[in-house]
Amino acid sequence: MRALLALLSGALFGAGLHVSGMTDTARVRGFLDFGGAWDPTLAFVMGGAILPMVVAWRVARAGKPLAGSAFPSPPSAEITRPLIGGSVLFGVGWGLVGLCPGPALASISYGGWPGLVFLAAMLAGMWSTPPLRRALDRRATGT
Amino acid sequence: MELSWIYGLIGGLMIGCAGAVLLLGTGRIMGASGLVGGLVDGTGQDRGTTAAFLAGLVGTPALMTGLGWQVDTQATTQLWLLILGGLAVGIGTRFANGCTSGHGVCGMSRLSVRGFAATLAYIGAGALTVTALRLGLGL
Repeated sequence: MRALLALLSGALFGAGLHVSGMTDTARVRGFLDFGGAWDPTLAFVMGGAILPMVVAWRVARAGKPLAGSAFPSPPSAEITRPLIGGSVLFGVGWGLVGLCPGPALASISYGGWPGLVFLAAMLAGMWSTPPLRRALDRRATGT
Repeated sequence: MELSWIYGLIGGLMIGCAGAVLLLGTGRIMGASGLVGGLVDGTGQDRGTTAAFLAGLVGTPALMTGLGWQVDTQATTQLWLLILGGLAVGIGTRFANGCTSGHGVCGMSRLSVRGFAATLAYIGAGALTVTALRLGLGL
């Protein structure tokens, strides 16, 4: 049941990314190009996606998931250095190519070799983050 | 072309419904970087659910393309950009613990301070990067 619901969610996510044009890097980079030929589409995608989620979070205040034990705990409000530093680094990569993790996966079947190279580099980056993080923590604490 | 915002809005609503199905169905947050990253670095739990989600995410666009709804990613063919960009996105989203779907869609919709801060940071950095590339290298 959980797997079926997750499959449905993934299928809707992929279809939504496809329909919205967010697997088109020119459109995404166009949104980020505020000083150039600005493309507002991404703002409509973000706005449209937030609406159902506002309702979902309200429903998720009580009870439990259809096929699960508990809803996520309330979010932390702590602004940390990894949060901001990581997001800035993500933004730079996003600006360089125009792909973020969702669209990079959704476009596997038609993104050609550039899509696969980007995806491989992204997965390598994800894979190397835990050791990188430990090394940074060691340096910060001086041990 | 002129209708791109309508497709954006419809696609966005679908993405939001996807997040709602995952949250209300399984209790998990639909963050692409968290779901994939957890599989890649071995920290993720509930791997069967994640794998099913990813199968849907990869499968429907492939199906839609096969049925004739073609989309071009128009991605750069500059190898250094693809590799640097991919590494930055992979490392950055894992340090930040979220990306456009996790912090943007799922975070901001629950008025998460971290979600807003992250979104401001990656859109700001993305805008600076795109502008710098355009002005500096004509890309």
